[in-house]
Amino acid sequence: MWELFLRAYPFLLEGLLVTVVLGVSSFTIGSAIGLATALARLSSIAALRALAIAYLSVFRGTPMLVQLLLIYFGLPQFGITLEPIPSAIIALSLNVGSYQSENFRSGILGVDRGQREAAFSIGMTGWQALRRIIFPQALRIAAPTIGNRFIALMKDTSLASVVTVVELTRIAERIGSSTFRYMEMFVMVAAVYWLLNSALSLGQAALERRLARAY
Amino acid sequence: MHQVRLEGVRKRFGGLEVLRGVDLAVSRGEVVVIMGASGSGKTTLLRCINFLEEPDAGRVVVCGVDVPCGEKHRGRNRSARIRQIRQQAGMVFQSFNLFPHMTALENVVEGPLTVRRMPRRTATELGERLLQRVGLSDKRDEYPSRLSGGQKQRVAIARALAMEPQVVLFDEPTSALDPELHEEVLHVMRELATEGMTMVVVTHEVRFAQDVCDRVLFMDGGVIVEEGSPSEFFAHPHHPRAQAFLHLVDHAGRAPSMVELVR
Repeated sequence: MWELFLRAYPFLLEGLLVTVVLGVSSFTIGSAIGLATALARLSSIAALRALAIAYLSVFRGTPMLVQLLLIYFGLPQFGITLEPIPSAIIALSLNVGSYQSENFRSGILGVDRGQREAAFSIGMTGWQALRRIIFPQALRIAAPTIGNRFIALMKDTSLASVVTVVELTRIAERIGSSTFRYMEMFVMVAAVYWLLNSALSLGQAALERRLARAY
Repeated sequence: MHQVRLEGVRKRFGGLEVLRGVDLAVSRGEVVVIMGASGSGKTTLLRCINFLEEPDAGRVVVCGVDVPCGEKHRGRNRSARIRQIRQQAGMVFQSFNLFPHMTALENVVEGPLTVRRMPRRTATELGERLLQRVGLSDKRDEYPSRLSGGQKQRVAIARALAMEPQVVLFDEPTSALDPELHEEVLHVMRELATEGMTMVVVTHEVRFAQDVCDRVLFMDGGVIVEEGSPSEFFAHPHHPRAQAFLHLVDHAGRAPSMVELVR
């Protein structure tokens, strides 16, 4: 097992790097999508609200794996062929965006109405009020659920192995199939995921403690 | 010229008509107190001046910025004029509404920095001067959660003043405070009045009205039913509901805030 680990670990590190890149980039893009969707849902324009609700309904109502397969295997039929990693990032971003949208929305709605009025009463525009007053408070309210979503996303990146992205899970499968030592390889990969997410959990707890202390 | 002028302002919430055609004119340097029972429309009237409530009809003119109200008067450049009004007319809320994620000083300089685009250094100097004026220089780096109600309200007054407004609107500024904290807020308001600030104050503080204001308005059922100088209003109220209201004033000189007069 030790000798297998020594042989596998450069590949595991490479896989971990791909997993982290997938997770971090999808989380960043997905958060931007989520924020835009949350604002669309809170908008006074009915068409924007409808569009946002349609998007949420589709991406929260279908399995992440099916979304990924649609993008990677389905889109080429319409002449849109994407590499595995971009396909995975798009699917993960759209998926996490639908969850982040709800996190942001409930955070924004959780901010006291008087805050908005106070911001307006000093002459702020809607955008200034959102950026300076509402959003910083909404983020604190939503911080725990946002952190949980990030950890969930880190695990969801393993689905990218299905569309041939060589991330952690795919590495384990590959080495497993060439050595017939699937058990050891998947235990190793599970341990790497566990370590990664434990570190993220600790980071999340520290961040929440800091946010709570600020006021 | 009037600093604040309302003409025929109407406001309806669902089936309830809260303001039924109110006219009001406030001159420069004048301190006007609005009194009335809960539900008389006094807070809504105040909030119509800076468009925290959008009147359904009528016209609002603040410091020369003229905004007609009603369905046919919506438009792009309208919101810019409303923001202009809000910069000219500061507001102090019953529940303070300080920004909890900012220190006292940051609360005060937020408007100058973000809205007036003042350089940070100038804004900080202004903010420190205003905190000193409300007696809170030593609290500049405290978050609102560490301040008492009276201190919060004084920071809120400094925040409103930081926009260097022509008028300050006060919406029951002492109603959320314990009685022993009223005086520190009223003291700041008295000073402001002495310095010639134009003020429109919704309050139950009879003694403040008697000492400080130039004119008392009494509202009932969405209209101003009586108005006069404080000496004549408090000595000889004419309207039966004003008489009943003043009858309930307690010995501390405050009308009970939750009075529901029997209709």
